[in-house]
Amino acid sequence: MVLKIFFPQCCNRADSGLLVGRWVPGFDSVVVLAVIHYPFIPGQVKKYLSEMQSAIQLELTVLGSWSMPKDGQEGMDSFLKDLSTIFPQGRWLQLSRELGKRGFACQVIGRDAAVPPRGQPKEGGDDEKEKVIFIHYDQRKVMLSHLHPAHGQEPAAEGVSELRLVFQTVAQSQPLFFLDKYDDGPIKLTHWQSEGREASILVELIKQASVPMCLVLTWLLSLWTQLRSIRVLNMWPVRFVSSKLSTCVQLSHRTEHLQTISSPRRAQQHADFMRKANIFVSFLVDIALGLLLISWLYRENRIGRLANTLVPVADHVAKELQELLQWLMGAPAGLKMNRALDQVLGRFFLYHIHLWISYIHLLSPFIEMILWYVGLSACLGLTFALSVVSDIVALLTFHIYCFYVYGARIYCLKIYGLSSLWRLFRGKKWNVLRQRVDSCSYDLDQLFIGTLLFTILLFLLPTTALYYLVFTLLRLGVVLLQGFIHLMIDIINSFPLFAGGLRLFRPYRLAEGVKFKVLCEEPGMSLHLMMEINPLKLSTAVQQYRIPTYSCYPKDSWAALCKKLFVGDLIYPWTPLHKGSKED
Amino acid sequence: MSEEKFTDINGKPISLECRSHSSFCREFVVSAPKVSLRAVMVCTCAVWLSAYAAFFVTKNTAVLSSAIVTTLVGMMVHIHLIKIDHERLLIVGSLGVQVSSCFASGRESATFIEMSSIKDIVINEAIHMQRVIYYLCILLKEPSDPNGVSGVVPLFQSSKPRLNCLVKIYKSCQEILGQC
Repeated sequence: MVLKIFFPQCCNRADSGLLVGRWVPGFDSVVVLAVIHYPFIPGQVKKYLSEMQSAIQLELTVLGSWSMPKDGQEGMDSFLKDLSTIFPQGRWLQLSRELGKRGFACQVIGRDAAVPPRGQPKEGGDDEKEKVIFIHYDQRKVMLSHLHPAHGQEPAAEGVSELRLVFQTVAQSQPLFFLDKYDDGPIKLTHWQSEGREASILVELIKQASVPMCLVLTWLLSLWTQLRSIRVLNMWPVRFVSSKLSTCVQLSHRTEHLQTISSPRRAQQHADFMRKANIFVSFLVDIALGLLLISWLYRENRIGRLANTLVPVADHVAKELQELLQWLMGAPAGLKMNRALDQVLGRFFLYHIHLWISYIHLLSPFIEMILWYVGLSACLGLTFALSVVSDIVALLTFHIYCFYVYGARIYCLKIYGLSSLWRLFRGKKWNVLRQRVDSCSYDLDQLFIGTLLFTILLFLLPTTALYYLVFTLLRLGVVLLQGFIHLMIDIINSFPLFAGGLRLFRPYRLAEGVKFKVLCEEPGMSLHLMMEINPLKLSTAVQQYRIPTYSCYPKDSWAALCKKLFVGDLIYPWTPLHKGSKED
Repeated sequence: MSEEKFTDINGKPISLECRSHSSFCREFVVSAPKVSLRAVMVCTCAVWLSAYAAFFVTKNTAVLSSAIVTTLVGMMVHIHLIKIDHERLLIVGSLGVQVSSCFASGRESATFIEMSSIKDIVINEAIHMQRVIYYLCILLKEPSDPNGVSGVVPLFQSSKPRLNCLVKIYKSCQEILGQC
């Protein structure tokens, strides 16, 4: 069997000493974490290792000895071999390197084999001449990186992988790397941080300030949730309206996010940490974009000008609708309508528009002030501004929605009536119990009235169908516009900026796997490989760390949508997920 | 190091290089033919002549500049994303197998498969377009079922060497897999 030794790059030039690390359970490999230098007292080394073991929860042991003799330091060989009796191990590794040569020499001494005396060739060749691979790794990068499960693998199958165990070993050994060369302790270590720990004042200040800030945020959020659970706000009309307004939905979504961030406990799992970081960064970016929007809107009183154009735009839309209805009441596209029904429907809708315009004109003196204060809400984020725009569009085109509902209901009733009377025409009936069409014998008067009604409905169909078509197209136009705004909001809500940034600037933190490179070897030396981290692809990182949002895209396929349109069923393009009403 | 005359399934010459770093570590490099100068010149001339023709008709210089930009961008995309220069297979006994493809611009994309998830390396037949070809692939172990195969990773997909080349690589890999 081949023994794999994972050797950190920082220890390549370390002075002679003892190797400290862990034997990977279940595989024939060992991870070297640090080198303890001479002079040391074995008792203190053992004490230090047992302290570290209880802190890290891993089986840290002395693996063997490392010798890189400097000038004038010969005669270490027998000393090194004697060390194996002080630290009894199953296998004792003796690694040595000479200055100027790139390869390492390794001797593995098993527990029962006698230590061969100096100068004599080893006996019983093969089981002591174990093949050894040295795998060099960058300790800092491996410590910070998180190895993602391979494509399609469940997390349950993780523990079996050798590389995953190696990564976990290095990541968990962080307390071992706190001793650096400036510490006046009895033990002198070499590892990636032994040149001195680096820290930044800003980071330390932020860490100290984060706990009180989290507590303040939690308190504010609890106030807000208490406010929201007042009885008045939970009664049926208010709840219904607030579930339809996308501003309220966005507000509750952001509240949930803030609750996730503001928990004062550190995230234990990598996925939780990434989630918190993503939410935090996207929240900050959202607010920054919102403030940018405010500064643009309120400069040169653009918002005043916007408010002044709002009422003329609503007027213009109403006038266009009136002209459309006049056109429909005449002979639209050369089709001949039923005059009486035409006039009734046309006048009904015209009166509706007249009412709507009156209400808009009633509100017009207040619009500028309302818009000014509503525009300030963009400081809560760009997503808020966009949801306010979406709600304004919905409110301004409310009459189109009403017309669509009226037209659709009339059309739907007509279609159902027609299909039922068509069955009567043919002498059949819909059996509700059996959910199928059965034959039925009707009386003469039933047939007479049925046929009469059928004819009436059939000849009134083109008129109703035309009104339905026109209003459905208008409604679909408004739905498309609102859908586009919601898509923008969704992208801002769910895009994981932190994960994307981490992948671009610190690609070793998100590892998909590893890459090996063969380092040029000298004849007679064992194989040396260089292990580098293979980062996750950007698209995979974005997909994996997407923040879940509330929006549900329409689940209807195009065929189902067309069928609904044809029959006259009302279409609801989106409904907020957590309200549970899925009427698609 | 050894080199012989091999071809790929279309008859174009490729080269195979086998390197043995140690008794349990071997590396195979299959190189495809490089970007041919003739193809580059033909494409560029075709694009530019049509751009000149369009310029002659429309008298708009934007056509010429867009043709230049298109040619440059197309060449960069081709050598960085499409043209694979050589494919490498590194097999280290009891550690795993690394499959990597190097593009003409020097970019290398590698995947490492651990030995514990490799069931075997075999030569399979496949129907590719209108013919049946041989390809070398790695069979992955199914964690729950010891006899099952959870996936197949085909090797040398862009160079597609013929059977004689594959047999050589297969024999070498089996020696190493048999050791552990």
